Formats: sequence, C-alpha cells, structure tokens
Amino acid sequence: MSDAAITIENLGKRYTIGHQRGVDEGMRHVIEGAIRAPLARLRSSRQKRLQDVDFWALKNVSCQIKRGEVVGIIGRNGAGKSTLLKILSRITVPTEGRVHINGRIASLLEVGTGFHQELTGRENIFLNGAILGMTREEIVRKFDEIVEFSEIAEFLDTPVKRYSSGMYVRLAFAVAAHLDPEILIIDEVLAVGDASFQKKCLGKMGSFAQSGKTVLFVSHNMEAVRDLCQRAVWLKDGRLNQDGKSEDIIESYFNSFSDTLSFSCTNPDYGLTIRKVLLRNDRGQESSQFHPGDDLIVEISYDAQKRIERPIIALGVLGTGGSCFTSNMLLDGHRPSFLEGAGVLTCTFRAIPLLPQNYTVKMRLQAANVKDVIVPYQEVASFSVVGDLSEYGYKGDFLTWALRSTPVVIPYEWRLPDGTTARVALTRNTF
Amino acid sequence: MPQVIIEAGHTEKQYWRDLWRYRELFYFLAWRDLLVRYKQTFVGVGWSIIRPLLTMIVLTVVFGKLGKMPSGGRPYPLLVLCGMLPWQFFSGAMAESGNSLVANSNLISKVYFPRIIVPVSSVITSFVDFLISAVFLAVLMIWYRFSPPAAVLFLPLFVILMFGVSLGVGLWIAALMVKYRDFRFIVPFIVQFGLYISPVGFQSSVVPQQYRLMYALNPMVGIIDGFRLCLLGGQDSINWGGIAFAIADVIVLLVSGFWYFRKTEQTFADVI
Repeated sequence: MSDAAITIENLGKRYTIGHQRGVDEGMRHVIEGAIRAPLARLRSSRQKRLQDVDFWALKNVSCQIKRGEVVGIIGRNGAGKSTLLKILSRITVPTEGRVHINGRIASLLEVGTGFHQELTGRENIFLNGAILGMTREEIVRKFDEIVEFSEIAEFLDTPVKRYSSGMYVRLAFAVAAHLDPEILIIDEVLAVGDASFQKKCLGKMGSFAQSGKTVLFVSHNMEAVRDLCQRAVWLKDGRLNQDGKSEDIIESYFNSFSDTLSFSCTNPDYGLTIRKVLLRNDRGQESSQFHPGDDLIVEISYDAQKRIERPIIALGVLGTGGSCFTSNMLLDGHRPSFLEGAGVLTCTFRAIPLLPQNYTVKMRLQAANVKDVIVPYQEVASFSVVGDLSEYGYKGDFLTWALRSTPVVIPYEWRLPDGTTARVALTRNTF
Repeated sequence: MPQVIIEAGHTEKQYWRDLWRYRELFYFLAWRDLLVRYKQTFVGVGWSIIRPLLTMIVLTVVFGKLGKMPSGGRPYPLLVLCGMLPWQFFSGAMAESGNSLVANSNLISKVYFPRIIVPVSSVITSFVDFLISAVFLAVLMIWYRFSPPAAVLFLPLFVILMFGVSLGVGLWIAALMVKYRDFRFIVPFIVQFGLYISPVGFQSSVVPQQYRLMYALNPMVGIIDGFRLCLLGGQDSINWGGIAFAIADVIVLLVSGFWYFRKTEQTFADVI
C-alpha cells in the first residue's frame, strides 16, 4: 500500500443529459416547474424520467499507480480520459467510488490557466504560480529559473496581451514546469507551441519522470506516450479496457481500429451523409492490410440531399507518431464543382512508402468558404501495413525495429567509403 | 506526505486544510482584480474618489436641499457619505462576488482550489475601495471640523457586519449564478432598488415609527444606522431593533450562503 501513489477504486462519474432544456438551464423552468409541480408530478413523472438520460462518462474504473511510475492514458475522444483527469485533479467529484492520492499533486489540464491578458509577464508568473498551488515564497525563489526557461526576459514587463502566442505558451509552460509536486497530471499540454518548444517540454517531462516522480500523461500522441511512459492505461467508453506495458497497449489500441465497423456520419445542416469509407488495394479489393509499396485507395461514399458547392476534402494518413502524408484539396485545388445525390469519390495514394506498422486515415470536409467544417477532421478508417522487409531488399539484423521506426521511407541511396552504392525503396519492383 | 481522498459525496475533512494551504490565493486574486481594475483608464484609482463624491453631491442636493430631509444638525454631505460608505461597499461587493465564479469559469473548470476563495477575494477587493472612500470621509470630516463621538470605537463591529452581509449575499448569488444566469439581471436591479429602500440619502428616523421594524428587515438599515451612530453621534433615537435585526440577518445570510455554496460547489465545474 505504501508505495502506491494513486489508488483508484470503482470510480464512476455520471452526467445527466437531456435534463437541460435548450442551451442553459434557465431559472424560468425551475420556477415554472415548481408552480406546476403538484399537477405535473402526477402526470409527467414517467415522462420526465424518459427525458433525463444518464450517461456514465466513467464506470467501474479501478487501478493502482505506484510511486515513480509514468503512466500514459490513451483512448478515443469521449472515452473518459478527461473526466478521469478532472476527478484526479479534484475539479469535479466522482458519482461513485474513491481515489486515494498519496503525495503532493499538481495537475496541468491547460497551459496558462488563469493568465490575465492585461497583466505583465512578471505579474502573471505570480498569479499563475499561486493558482497552480505555489506559495509566494516558492515563486520568488524560482522566479529567475522560470524567466530563464521561458526565454522572454526582455518582455517581462509587457502585458501578455501583446505577446505572440509562442511567447505566451512558453511563459505559461515555464511556470508549470517549475511546480514541484510528487505526482503530476498532464493533459495534452504539449499540443501547443512550435516544434522546438514541444521538444523542450517533452525533455522537461522526461527529466521529471526520471527524477522518480509519478506522472499521469494523457495524450493522443502515441509516440510521446511510448517514449515517456512504461505503462499505459486504455480507456474505452468510460471503462478501463486494458492496462499494461505501454508498447503492448498501444499496439492493441491500434489493432482495435481494424475490427471496428466502417465509418459513417451525417451533417443534417448540410444534408450530407458520409455512408462509408472503404480502403481498397490496387486490385480493387476491400482491405485493411497492405504491403509496403501497394496502392492505397480511399473510397468515400456520400449522399448529399442538398447540393454542396465546391467542397474541400482533405485526407491524412497517420501512424502511431503522427501524420505521414496527406492529400488536400485546399492545397491542390482539385475540388469537385459540387456534390449532389449519392456518389463515390476516391483518392489513390500510389505505392505507399510505409513500414509495417499500424495507421489510421483521417478525413475532413469543408464548405467552399473554408471556414465552415461539414465533416470535422476525424478518423474514418484504419489499416495496417504488413510484410517481410527482407523482400524489399532490407537485410539488417534488427528488422523488428521497423515497428518503432519513423514509418515513411522515401527512396534513398547510400554511397559508402569503399565506393559501393545501395539503393533502398519500399517498392517491390525496384530490385 | 499529504494524503488526499476523493470520494463521492464529501471532502469535508480536507476543506479547511486546503483553505489554509491556498490562503495566499485570497490575496493574489484580490491583487489581480485591483491591478486590472484601473488598467487603461485615464483617471485610474481616482475613480474610487470620484464615484462617491458625485453620488454624494447628487444625494445631498436631492434629499437635503430639494427634499428638505432632517439631518439632526449634522452637515448633510457627511450624513450621506456615512450611508454611502457601507452601501457602496455592499452593492459593489455583492455584484462582484456574485459574478466572480462565472467570470473565473476558466479557472473553475481547469484547476482545483477551494472555490470559496473566488467570491471572498472579490469582497476583499471591494474592501480596498471602501478604505479609499473612508479616507475621503475622514478628509471631509476634518473639513467640516466634525470630530466623531466616543462611539466610533464600535465602528469595527459594523464594518464586520457590513463585510458579513456582503459576503453572505455574494455567496448565494455566486453559487446561484453558476446555474442560473438570470442573476446577471437580478443583481443590478437589487443595487438600484436597494439604494432607495436603504437609508442612504436620508436617516432611517424619517421612516414612520410603525414601519420601523419592518424596515429593519433590510440588514443595511441597521448597518448604515450603526455607521452614522459611530461616526456622527446619535442625536436622534438609536434604533436598537434595527441593529439587532442586522446582526441576525448577517448570521442567517452568512451561514445559509456558506451552506448553499458548499452544497453546490462540487458541481460548479460540471455546470459552469
């Protein structure tokens, strides 16, 4: 028991949906309800119960996190990750179950919580520090370190509303990075800032993890989870689906996509239904398994009840570590002049230069004015690339490492000191 | 090593300990509000003098000169200012703390700290304005060569009552506003209405004797009477009933406000 940092027992959180009428639960309804209550209670008690829909954002979640463990929490949107973090950081209370936290805890659900636009950088360091739970004395002590980390020393007395978004994020993360808790909870904070700053943040988190602190890390960036965390917890529909070594969990997380049913969605405002999105190989067969160098055909079946003028479709192929490649009408400009009625649209990616790993396909559909998103960017299909790399001329001793490599391989050529050359490409007919 | 237990229902035990741990946040939030308040204004902090000054002039002219209300031999501007001091504190503190949770919803939904710090520090912010206005009153009293009676020693009692009633009402409104934004419209109404039903521009002795007790249900009646009694002396009869009512009101409002706040606090992040 003593080496447990966080013990979660049967945790559940229920939200009631449908109880709220309209946008806000106005007082008029309550007063109206109170006046009508004597009558209404007789009549509509059953009806009312039907209106209120209970939704368990989290249910029966139990697990124990040991001191010094770095745990990644993964799962799709709406799987309950954020709810779990909110409960652990005590922003909201659970409906059932209990959590025992052993140690000084700090949580970062957002970078720059409580920053005030009108205040200067210096003032915001104090304000933000206090909100995150530091004492004034602690902030004074770490002030110079924070300023140095943020790299904004010369703008310290400028209101943050004049900062660029990069400066803002750097300052905010600098304050957060100097919290000194025993347990740290982080939610996707790294999704902001430029690449070099993200690297710095990851480095800081890595050193935090190495110094024996307990870290809970929620992210969609599987590469970051795999690099930082030994253990991963996979939440699915509010339940704990799997818990174990992060590599194993991430792999089965990706594998799970190939079992799911075909994607479909409807946007009633535009009268557009995406009926299904299929992946086909170069022989035209539906498939979720491809070989390196195969053609990948993404086939989108739609049904447009209303005419949609010049829509913009973008596709992205993503691996565990993020985007690999994309096709985007916003860039190439080859937009359909309109969509109307039922139809099919395909995009063929020629000779996919991908190593044997798991991938997902994301899609977005925007209206002609770019601003209005008809189908938001989301996962529509997934596939895995399989194959024996030795068939492609690979002859390394560590071919299994391909599973963790950067997935995209464009043709390249080695020229060695002895004058020999070697061409490498993920296409079968090259050799 | 600090231990935290999160459980469905209650977190009572940790509440006071957390409040102590986050005690500096009272100060930081009030400091923020004060810093921000007069940013990008020309007159700056001068506003906390100008507002009571202008209101005092208007009320003196309306009630003292035009309405010819009695002043018990005291300068009418002083009489008005003694009433305005607690009243402006109350209306400001109530409005600010009532709105404070919604105004800080980004904090509420993203980070933990005892929520009660937010409305309380709003009341503290208003108290700073009160102190500035109090200096203004002192200057005015010197100007009129008016020295306060010995009863001034009881002034802190009324300051505490004033603080309590503002916080009590503020807690109620803050917690209710999270769920019912209707209070956005109700608060300015209370402020406007309250100025007339509280003895700000006139003495409460103007109210006919048979209505006095009912009138005193308004806690501000007892508090404003008390302020005048302590600062200007009690030439007219002291309304002990009003003061007793004020004390009872403050206790009821504070206890119930705190109770309701604590009861709804846990759902703030879900509802806001």
